[in-house]
Amino acid sequence: MNTLASIHSHGQPLSIWRLPNLSSRWWPVFLRNLLVWRKLAIPSLVGNIAEPLMWLVAFGYGMGALVGNVAPAAGDAKIPYILFLASGSICMSAMQAASFEALYSAFSRMHVQKTWDGIMNAPVNLDNILMAEMLWAAFKSLFTVTAILGVMLVLGISHSPKLLVAWPILLGVGITFSCIALIFNALAKGYDFFTYYFTLFLTPMMFLSGIFFPRDQLPHVVKVISDWLPLTNAVELVRPLFMDQWPQNAWLHVAVLAAYAVLGFWLALALTRKRFRA
Amino acid sequence: MPQEALAIKALMGVVNQNDTLDPDFSCSENLLVYGRYFGMKTAEIKARIPQLLEFASLTSKAGSKPGELSGGMKRRLSLARALVNDPKLLLLDEPTTGLDPQARHLMWERLQMLLQQGKSILLTTHFMDEAERLCSRLLVLDHGKKIAEGKPRDLIAQHLEPDVVEVYGTGALALQDSPLAKLAARVEISGETLFFYTQDAKPLLEALQAHPQLRTLHRPANLEDLFLKLTGRQIREDA
Repeated sequence: MNTLASIHSHGQPLSIWRLPNLSSRWWPVFLRNLLVWRKLAIPSLVGNIAEPLMWLVAFGYGMGALVGNVAPAAGDAKIPYILFLASGSICMSAMQAASFEALYSAFSRMHVQKTWDGIMNAPVNLDNILMAEMLWAAFKSLFTVTAILGVMLVLGISHSPKLLVAWPILLGVGITFSCIALIFNALAKGYDFFTYYFTLFLTPMMFLSGIFFPRDQLPHVVKVISDWLPLTNAVELVRPLFMDQWPQNAWLHVAVLAAYAVLGFWLALALTRKRFRA
Repeated sequence: MPQEALAIKALMGVVNQNDTLDPDFSCSENLLVYGRYFGMKTAEIKARIPQLLEFASLTSKAGSKPGELSGGMKRRLSLARALVNDPKLLLLDEPTTGLDPQARHLMWERLQMLLQQGKSILLTTHFMDEAERLCSRLLVLDHGKKIAEGKPRDLIAQHLEPDVVEVYGTGALALQDSPLAKLAARVEISGETLFFYTQDAKPLLEALQAHPQLRTLHRPANLEDLFLKLTGRQIREDA
């Protein structure tokens, strides 16, 4: 049937690069993931916030005592290291939660459990399934981020009212990283492949995006590369909001994230279509 | 065309050969979640779930997850799931492969019920007795090409002699060159067994009484014979 669906009436196979063919049918797929997760929400929540909090406590309070105050960028006023770290690591948590869900969990549903095959026997196309997986990973990431934000509020790291703006931005960060991760999901032959993505792409990015130390310390060439990394643009948007300031060049950063999201989803969709056509 | 494919799928129910049930959901939840993919309302699906479970003989397992079900139960849950949208056409890929005889007969009985309700079923199978039992129209496919088509009984009558006598045991193969072989229309050898195809088995059976050390089996020709005649008895390297 899937082969049938991808053949044009003229007998030509449709291009994998065609625009997404979306309808409201992504919703029942999203709802399916929500129902499964609801059964495991509490244990998964504990896992999701425990690790980032350990980083925060160990580095923020431990290292923070050694480092003292830091200036996020040259010329900025100095802020406590814990605030610097918290505002960056929340972006890292959004990235990791979205990536994990869009890789390991989506791959399980797509390849191991064949859930997608079952869904495509019903009138739901691949484009809607991929959209549902993307939004689902972003939703899960937002859930994790919300829990961590809650703990940060309790710890009194920041009480900036602008955190309300940071929240939807972090949803956008989750969407961006879901879209990118789904590209690698489409290419994967097994779970091992994702280790490369995490160790060769996400981990270096964590160190180059100004989460643990200001980017001014980076060599010039590395900093230029860093300027265009999605995580850098996320941190540039979120950190000032933690400091009760408005980010500079906000629309540029939003545009970079949106470009990664749109191009990422488009490429992921093309590669997923190719995978299911073969 | 993709839009038309979706409209077609809305009228169809599909059971894959390998089950695609949701391992994290109970039987009821599997049906509920699957119904939503067809755009059905929750209340509408919930109203159908008891009768679907009943049909699949899974009423007592409504709250069990697929991992707790036997192979036959899983296959029936897949069938019930394919019926959630009340399809006009059912597509079943080897619906009884790997099932024990009881589970297989229960599946056959359910498929017969669906036929009586007026549903069309298109199924693939390697079991010739299954095809003979369920199908009103049969296509024999070999390497993806159609090599015969018709009603099972008609096809057998058309291609085969009505009676088969299988002979095996010490010295069975020597009979292929004996005068006794002239009593059959056709003789086939497979391993240590001779297959005599004949219009009238009586003279052959009487002649075989002179060889009491041999074991014989007299039976009507069936679809399996037809399939083997059309596609050959050899195991295929690429099979």
